[in-house]
Amino acid sequence: MNVVVLIKQVPDTTNVRIDRKTNNLVREGVPSVINPDCMHALELAAQLKEKHNATVYVITMGPPQAINALKDAISFGLDEAVLLSDRAFAGADTLATTYTLYKGIKKIEEKIGKIDIVLAGRQAADGDTGQVGPGVATRLGYSLAAYVTSIEKIEKDEIILTRRLDRGYEKVRVKIPCVLTVTPELNEPRYASLPNLIRSLRYQPIVWNKDDINADPKKAGFFGSPTRVVNTNIPPARKGGDIISKNESPEIAAQKLLDELKKFESIRLIEGLRVLVGDKK
Amino acid sequence: MRKIFVFVERVDGEAHPVSWELLGKARELANNLEESEVWAIVLGKECENVCKEAISRGADKVLYVKNDQLVEYVNYKYKKVLVDIVRKYEPEIFLIGATLEGRELAGMVATELETGLTADCTGLDILPDKKLLAMTRPTFGGNLMATIMCPEHRPQMATVRPGVMRELPPDPNRKGEVIVEEYSIPEMEKFIEILEAVPLSVKSNLAYAPVVVAGGKGVGGPEGFEKLRELANLLGGEIGASRAAVKAGWISDEYQVGQTGKTIHPVLYIACGISGAIQHVVGIKESEIIVAINTDENAPIFDVADIGIVGDLHAVVPAITSKLKAMKGEVRK
Repeated sequence: MNVVVLIKQVPDTTNVRIDRKTNNLVREGVPSVINPDCMHALELAAQLKEKHNATVYVITMGPPQAINALKDAISFGLDEAVLLSDRAFAGADTLATTYTLYKGIKKIEEKIGKIDIVLAGRQAADGDTGQVGPGVATRLGYSLAAYVTSIEKIEKDEIILTRRLDRGYEKVRVKIPCVLTVTPELNEPRYASLPNLIRSLRYQPIVWNKDDINADPKKAGFFGSPTRVVNTNIPPARKGGDIISKNESPEIAAQKLLDELKKFESIRLIEGLRVLVGDKK
Repeated sequence: MRKIFVFVERVDGEAHPVSWELLGKARELANNLEESEVWAIVLGKECENVCKEAISRGADKVLYVKNDQLVEYVNYKYKKVLVDIVRKYEPEIFLIGATLEGRELAGMVATELETGLTADCTGLDILPDKKLLAMTRPTFGGNLMATIMCPEHRPQMATVRPGVMRELPPDPNRKGEVIVEEYSIPEMEKFIEILEAVPLSVKSNLAYAPVVVAGGKGVGGPEGFEKLRELANLLGGEIGASRAAVKAGWISDEYQVGQTGKTIHPVLYIACGISGAIQHVVGIKESEIIVAINTDENAPIFDVADIGIVGDLHAVVPAITSKLKAMKGEVRK
């Protein structure tokens, strides 16, 4: 069984702050991490290696610094990691990103044979698009199951799994080859064993440029991207009001709140609060 | 005629509310785009009522792809149909709800069509001089708003976050045409097959409730949400939760509000024991009134709250509930 895991290195968005004086994003000193959802894809890959003797490649597209994410990924006990890095890949939107990843997967296929399962996280914490998995599946012509929450069994040519949709869960049979995007519900990422940790520290990922993967520069990066970001801005902060009660008795605080709410015309829209404005209905 | 396509997502015989929100928005876009019309795309069978409602909600035409094989959402079949009808009718704009299904489907369709797709938009506008769709979406966990365009490829595709756009009230007098599309699905490999649908054990009305009483880390455990539930019930509202409370396992993720949960705009939002991280605030900032109850007076939630109370939610929330109950009792007398 051959498996490829797509990962992304992202800034740790929980640490991104806004400097309200300059209205800029403060990214300095914000560490880069493996995108949280991708950790669950790596865990699944590690399990496939253990239980199904899978050969697992990890792949990412990004600048040379993304090597760190790949080294971390190797600590899950996986076989090889590939960095797709080239100036021609920069400025990619999701369409161009899936093109480059697709070409990278095809190159891996040349080395190890047909790829059976491609794994990805549900979405990236910095972009939140959730489109790369579906896009790669479409380019490969593979089956797609997004938002996987549990896996019942994996057989030679199919997987029985459960996935999350808005209306609930859905148990499905998915034909192999396939692309799965996974949710945090699926598993708990492991801590690296000491030998794997040591190996990951010494490990040097494979680096491929546009010629290595035979990518058409017109389809990759900025030039392969149909969308253009024309403007970015920091959303205006909502102006808050005052603290009306500080460490007073709950009864006083509650009374002050109700008195304050009376000043808002819109509370008439709330049936349960009409009593405040003397509406007896 | 420039066509604006809106995919109508169905749950059994009913459209997902986001579909009507999108039709409302598409109507507004069409009014700003000369010689354009709004097309609702309906897949399935026995959807006559959905088609009718689509017209009353703002569609000029409904393209109804009637087929037994499209009753349930099966991603590769839906993708095939949508790709084929886009190639046939060549819409300028194609809008899909950013539900989980919608995001999966849009990602497949846009890739097959090799066009641009902007995910999870919270704002859509027509740029009058260029007649292009300007799509705005939050990135970096809601820290940054990006406006994106797709200048040359067609259709300009976007998924739109549920609960953000406002639907039009249904107008039974609106006129429109239902086109029943003769379409037979070609023999295809069975990529994915549904074995069993498991509905959610809890179903929240969070996205559409007029009042949301939400809890965070300060709630302290699953039983803490009972106090919030009591107040929410009294106000005819729903409970909500921060990511921290959901992650702690105190409440189902159905109730999660914020960047990775639901975006809501109730009349009244009461944040109890929620610190107010930017990822949370991005999901509530369109609320009419925000009330914050928190023991930490430096919590960022107070920066956005209209009314702030520094105090223990475990005492203050029940006090509000009992005061309201008492007032209601007096009115009844």
